[in-house]
Amino acid sequence: MTPATTAPEVHVPDPAKRKLAIIIVLACTVLVAIGQYLIKLGANRLSHAGLVATMIGIFTIPQLFAGYCLYGVFTVLFVFALRHGELSVLYPLIALGYVWVTITAVVAFHESMNPFKIVGLLVIILGVAVLGFGGGAGAE
Amino acid sequence: MTTPVSSMVLVLVGSVIGSVGAIFLKSGAHAVNRNWTSIAFNWRLAVGIATYLASSVLFVKGMSNGELSVLFPLVSLGYVCTLVWSRLFFKEVITKVKLAGVGLILVGIAFLSLGSR
Repeated sequence: MTPATTAPEVHVPDPAKRKLAIIIVLACTVLVAIGQYLIKLGANRLSHAGLVATMIGIFTIPQLFAGYCLYGVFTVLFVFALRHGELSVLYPLIALGYVWVTITAVVAFHESMNPFKIVGLLVIILGVAVLGFGGGAGAE
Repeated sequence: MTTPVSSMVLVLVGSVIGSVGAIFLKSGAHAVNRNWTSIAFNWRLAVGIATYLASSVLFVKGMSNGELSVLFPLVSLGYVCTLVWSRLFFKEVITKVKLAGVGLILVGIAFLSLGSR
């Protein structure tokens, strides 16, 4: 355990924990996707609200509140993951959330699927895989 | 439906602020140990969470008026910023593999937004 007073600037990563960090962040993207959907639902009610009304809305609109609670869970897990992994690998992994959002929109809400979206999803998955499997190579 | 410039600015600023929040979250995360005070009095974590919240408020505001096909790509700017911050603040090595991974993600998001028109 590192003492609270010294936050190391250069962190020496442990390969097993780094892998765990990547898995945690990938699992987190499911939470973020659900959260984002709920926030988008709630945000539709706020299209002409001011900044203060928006902040109050986070607590009074159930979808927004639930969405932000999921974000809270995500933040706790993300902080845990950041202890053991590199920011430059873990942060872009959140993009996997786009895949879940798009699939949910098509399956649950019958939004149209088209070739652009399919290519987009596959390329994002490829990018996440490249980062996840090869991103730690230059960590030292 | 068209996307107002104000929404684009909100989402753009939100994604940059969010990536800055991640710097504080990471540096705060390293200061956490088994002692609860390391979480309760961790100013870096507090700043990180506050910054993250601020960016979410901007997202909510921005996303409430506008098309996702326009706003999605703006969010991805945060990923590029994060590479720069990681190098600057944590001395992380930006390898070709990382650039390729983030590049692919950006291309994928561009395709998604083309498909969302």
